[in-house]
Amino acid sequence: MTALLDSIGYANWVLHALVWLPVLGMGLVLWAEEERAKTVAFWWSLGVLVLSLGLWFAFDPASADFQMTSSAPWIESWGVSYSLGVDGISLFMVILTTLSTSLAILGSFNYIQSRERAFYALMLLLEAGVVGVFVATDVFLFYVFFELTLVPMYFIVGIWGGERRIYAAIKFFLYTAFGSLLMLVGILYLFWRAKGLLGAPTFSYEDFLLVPLSMTEQLWLFTAFALAFSVKVPVFPLHTWLPDAHVEAPTPGSVILAAVLLKMGTYGFLRFLLPFFPAASQHPTVVTTMLVLGLVGILYTAWVAAVQPDAKKLVAYTSVAHMGFVVLGIFALTVNGLQGGLIVMISHGLSTGALFLLLGMLYERRHTRKIDDFGGLARVAPWLATAFVITALASIGLPGTSGFVGEFLALLGTFETHPTIAILATLGVIFAAYYMLPMVQKVFFNQLATDENREVEDASGRELAILAPLCALMIWIGWNPTPFLERMEPSVRAVIERVESAGAQVSASAEPQTPQSLDETVEASSTPPPRRDRRRRVDSRRRRARRD
Amino acid sequence: MITEAIVLSAILFVIGTFGVLVRRNAIIMFLCIELQLNAVNVAFVAFSNLFGIDGQIFVFFVMTVAAAEAAVGLAIIISIFRHYESVDVGSFNLLKW
Amino acid sequence: MTLALRPSLVAALAALALPASVAAQGGAPAGESGGAFTPFLPGMIVLLPLLGFLANGALALAHGKKSADAVRAGGELDLGERAQRPLTHTLPSLIGPGVLGLAFLITLVNFSRALGASLEEPVVVHYWTWMATGTFTVDAALQLDQLSLLMMMIVTGVGFLIHVFSVGYMRDDAGYPRYFAYLNLFVFFMLVLVMGASYALMFVGWEGVGLCSYLLIGFWFGDKEKSDAGKKAFIVNRIGDFGFLVAMFLLYATFGTLDFVPIFADAQLTTSLVYGGGLVTAITLFFFLGAAGKSAQIPLYVWLPDAMAGPTPVSALIHAATMVTAGVYLVARSSVLFALSPVGSATVAGVGVLTALFAATIALQQYDIKKVLAYSTVSQLGYMFVGVGVGAYAAGVFHLMTHAFFKALLFLGSGAVIHSMHHAYHHTHKHDDPQDMRNMGGLRAHMPITWITMWIGTLAIAGIWPLAGFFSKDEIIWQVAAFGGAVNAPYPLLYTLFWMTALAAAMLTAFYMTRMMVMTFHGSNRTGAEEAKHLHEAPAVMWVPLAVLAVLSVFGGWINVPEALRTSFLGLGGALPMSEWLHHWLEPVTAGAHEVQLEHLGEVAHAAPVGGGEVAWAAISFLAAAAVVAAAFKVVGAQKTVPAHDAPAPTGFANVLYNKYYVDELYNWIVVQPIVRASQFCWRVIDATIIDGTVNAVGWVSKGVGWGVSMFQTGNVSTYAFVLTLGVLVILGVSVF
Repeated sequence: MTALLDSIGYANWVLHALVWLPVLGMGLVLWAEEERAKTVAFWWSLGVLVLSLGLWFAFDPASADFQMTSSAPWIESWGVSYSLGVDGISLFMVILTTLSTSLAILGSFNYIQSRERAFYALMLLLEAGVVGVFVATDVFLFYVFFELTLVPMYFIVGIWGGERRIYAAIKFFLYTAFGSLLMLVGILYLFWRAKGLLGAPTFSYEDFLLVPLSMTEQLWLFTAFALAFSVKVPVFPLHTWLPDAHVEAPTPGSVILAAVLLKMGTYGFLRFLLPFFPAASQHPTVVTTMLVLGLVGILYTAWVAAVQPDAKKLVAYTSVAHMGFVVLGIFALTVNGLQGGLIVMISHGLSTGALFLLLGMLYERRHTRKIDDFGGLARVAPWLATAFVITALASIGLPGTSGFVGEFLALLGTFETHPTIAILATLGVIFAAYYMLPMVQKVFFNQLATDENREVEDASGRELAILAPLCALMIWIGWNPTPFLERMEPSVRAVIERVESAGAQVSASAEPQTPQSLDETVEASSTPPPRRDRRRRVDSRRRRARRD
Repeated sequence: MITEAIVLSAILFVIGTFGVLVRRNAIIMFLCIELQLNAVNVAFVAFSNLFGIDGQIFVFFVMTVAAAEAAVGLAIIISIFRHYESVDVGSFNLLKW
Repeated sequence: MTLALRPSLVAALAALALPASVAAQGGAPAGESGGAFTPFLPGMIVLLPLLGFLANGALALAHGKKSADAVRAGGELDLGERAQRPLTHTLPSLIGPGVLGLAFLITLVNFSRALGASLEEPVVVHYWTWMATGTFTVDAALQLDQLSLLMMMIVTGVGFLIHVFSVGYMRDDAGYPRYFAYLNLFVFFMLVLVMGASYALMFVGWEGVGLCSYLLIGFWFGDKEKSDAGKKAFIVNRIGDFGFLVAMFLLYATFGTLDFVPIFADAQLTTSLVYGGGLVTAITLFFFLGAAGKSAQIPLYVWLPDAMAGPTPVSALIHAATMVTAGVYLVARSSVLFALSPVGSATVAGVGVLTALFAATIALQQYDIKKVLAYSTVSQLGYMFVGVGVGAYAAGVFHLMTHAFFKALLFLGSGAVIHSMHHAYHHTHKHDDPQDMRNMGGLRAHMPITWITMWIGTLAIAGIWPLAGFFSKDEIIWQVAAFGGAVNAPYPLLYTLFWMTALAAAMLTAFYMTRMMVMTFHGSNRTGAEEAKHLHEAPAVMWVPLAVLAVLSVFGGWINVPEALRTSFLGLGGALPMSEWLHHWLEPVTAGAHEVQLEHLGEVAHAAPVGGGEVAWAAISFLAAAAVVAAAFKVVGAQKTVPAHDAPAPTGFANVLYNKYYVDELYNWIVVQPIVRASQFCWRVIDATIIDGTVNAVGWVSKGVGWGVSMFQTGNVSTYAFVLTLGVLVILGVSVF
């Protein structure tokens, strides 16, 4: 497989292809006839998925660096470049994106009945944007993609959504835009500092890593970035856009939103927050705040979820709870915690995506989302019931499914550094059963009382084709997460090492000093990034500056 | 010499400004704006005597803009007059909040 | 491609049969009894039930469409005569018990090999790396040692008998293939639980059996009550699982691993685990929370009586013989840790003895035959915890084993009775409760085999010599006394109290079991004249397992006759070739715990707190139990029992017992309702009002400000010009002055 991929030069063009093929597909969809748009969109996205699977084989698990990189100047006067690359943190996010886009498109065949061309074109645009977010190694490019994803999602919710779609779409847009503007300010600050340091304008990720920042600077910038990403995740109490957006969004919108858009937030934590501001990430107040917010997210939203009458809203709230585990794992700042967080991200993408797809299928049959309207469906739809139960179990983290591996490692990692918070978060295991099982029972078990429920058809072949790979993946990762973990480990370890070395210096210099001098110490001793040979980077930068 | 020119320019400008503020006839307001522009032109020419040719060049720009503005402005006024049969600015206030 | 796909699930499944490595941990010294132990296809034991699950599950889904169509048409699918049934309803009869039978045979081979070999150190068979993060690694590995081999024998052996019984009990049910799928899956997870070589893998089985329990309790999910019972079981179990998880975190933080072998090897050496220290106490208490959830101990026992909503063979397999004993297995497995924590051990014993008494009193006043057995199970599990709580790990496991025999027998027997009652009511279309003992009576005439075998089970559980329960329960009760009298026993008075409570609960056991037998089988029949004609003995496929279990219930206790009793008449006069065989067999597993115990507590006592040796007290408890059985037979037989729908509501304390001390209501009032109300509060007040209110308020304020400011736009050009001029003047003024 690897040889085959090498022979076609896969590593050189795959990332460009993954970003631009969906855009090309968008053109094809718009050009196609209205009734054939969905078929074109599906096969195109499937092709992109197959292409992205090659990453699994082409990826070198031993390396922590960005791989399959390529770079071209874009706006040279600002130092903006079009650079792409993938590492152990983003690898699975890319594949998860292509997978869930394909399945979401397949899942919207019946759901989307109007303006199909526009819809599928937007889905492909969204795919391009999200893949771009995960593979961009230029911070400016990242920001462009990060904002780009808002546009298609806004229209998907606003046009094909439910009754309160406009409210939900605007809420979603404003919430996220508010956060990312703060990040933009932070990025510009880093840009000026990097320019001052290197003498040439640059937005390169690796150059930003070189910028030495005082503790005060780090804390401010951390706050700006953290707010932007926390809205996306979402971290309690910035989560209230999510239930509204999920409930109003059409099924494929909810799937993409849950499966990948939320991950952009936690991805941002891992990619930018921790490496850029290692000392701030180690700051006890910061860590405690983030952990407590994650913990509150886990417990509080589990409770809120449990009393929702609307099935979709329930699942939306559980998303917040799951992402709480990710936040917990990340700010545990341990290898176990980070890897657990990443697995929860994958697992949540699979299981919550599948739950939204299943609820969409039920909605197509019954035109209701109220849990109490259902009942006893397992007797007329055993396949749907089986898929639903497997997915629900993965969602509540039953061992043998992906959810357990992620939550277990995240909690284990948290316990190493913050035992009390970890123990409290483990209570989430109980509350997960408390919100999920009653819903499963009320929808699929109990008496089959009404005629509408009696008429519910079982899953069609197309629907099984959507659900089968998701269920299979949940169980596969549950029993054999090692291939995933080993691909993440070097990158995760690099992040941890960067944070720890900065923290060690802060604590070494944290003698009784005035805040002023503490800042200077951190600045003077800011760490070189472990990812790349620092000297080589600086040299190449100098060379470019001279050429200019 | 320069003082007189500036005073003249200032007087013309204030007259123009007052005209714009107190008159309600659109044509007269328009002419007052032209008066303001020309007050500026006087100042430009006067200063070019001190600082070089730039001021005089600017006057040409101002005149060009004023001509263009006159064409568009008068067209708008005529169009409004055809509609309302009036050029009293107090009577057109559809564009509020 | 093949290389990269190597760790795929398919390959992993195939790898089960071909272990990656077999490692006897540490250099196993050649024992006196023979060579080293070579495991025989241990992976297949686990894999076979899984394959059975997949096959039966496929059949169930294949059957799904037909049954769904029938339901849509407004009825149930008519299965028709047995001979003409589709493959979906005939194949499970072969696959379900078949895989278990094979697994049992393979286990038997391993067991006999272990008997003939020396197995000083556990044999760990590695298959693949389950989780590896770089700092934490768990392998998918099975551990074969004396304890796990014994548990495997019980699980596959008793499991096989119950599977065979199920063929008779369930084959007319529309969900037959689904039933066997769940049952096979249960056995798979149970085997993972007992064979897993690490706490993490054990937890997989631990939650997996909980899942199967959930699915099987709610097997007839169309009934809301049954479905509720399943959900309750899962959620209560999860409370326990929380404890298990926290204990695992603590262990990982202490040892850096979750594998059994290194943990137990280090437990006594490491300096972080001090005898009686806070850490080890926390670990054991959290583990015991898990055990209490799974094994239905106070305060988490409430799910088990409700779990009787499942099919009766399920109650026999899961809620009597195997799954609920997982907690006991956990404590026995972690014996070293528990021995290091006197507080932890005392808690285990104390909760156990309290549960034994508490549940026994409730069982006195239940009328549902399965509820009696359920509370009896809770009570007997209490005894097992008493055993492992006083350091008598072998005795606890011994009672686990004998209990598996006689309680499976009793449950299956009750299943045969219910089956028969159900058929009788079905024939006459009467809607009485086929499980209520007040509707039974005099069944011995109709079901002689069930009657005899169930009496054997009853006598065994009541502790009548020389049946299995006598030896196992008596051993536990004696060990409490002996432990309390140890040289440095931590709380001697407490243990004396435990001992007397355990004796009292044993008497209650004898009473309520006899009551159940009398009400069910003796006296006159209360089912109804027409119905009684249709009462019948169970078919062979059901009574043969009963007979086998009855034999085991008689002789099963003879493998562990206490040394003290061996030569006395109670020990069958020395006719047995071995004494305390199980004790010696489990010695390698419990040796560490015994060392700790000996070091810190000293020798256990050889006399009860009030005097008298082991033989004397064994004789006393036997005579007392026999007397209670006889008395109960008289008393209950003399009572006039009336059918359920004519019976008056119980009054006074009997009513409190009948309503199980109102514990469910209490929990509902102090736990469930507050949480639900808090959830509502979180949603309606915090989320919708405070947080979203703030968000929306920000929106409204922006809108309001915009609206207010828009007032400046009057539409009047003169005003604009005036304001413009004013603005210019202000700016000029500011910049000039």
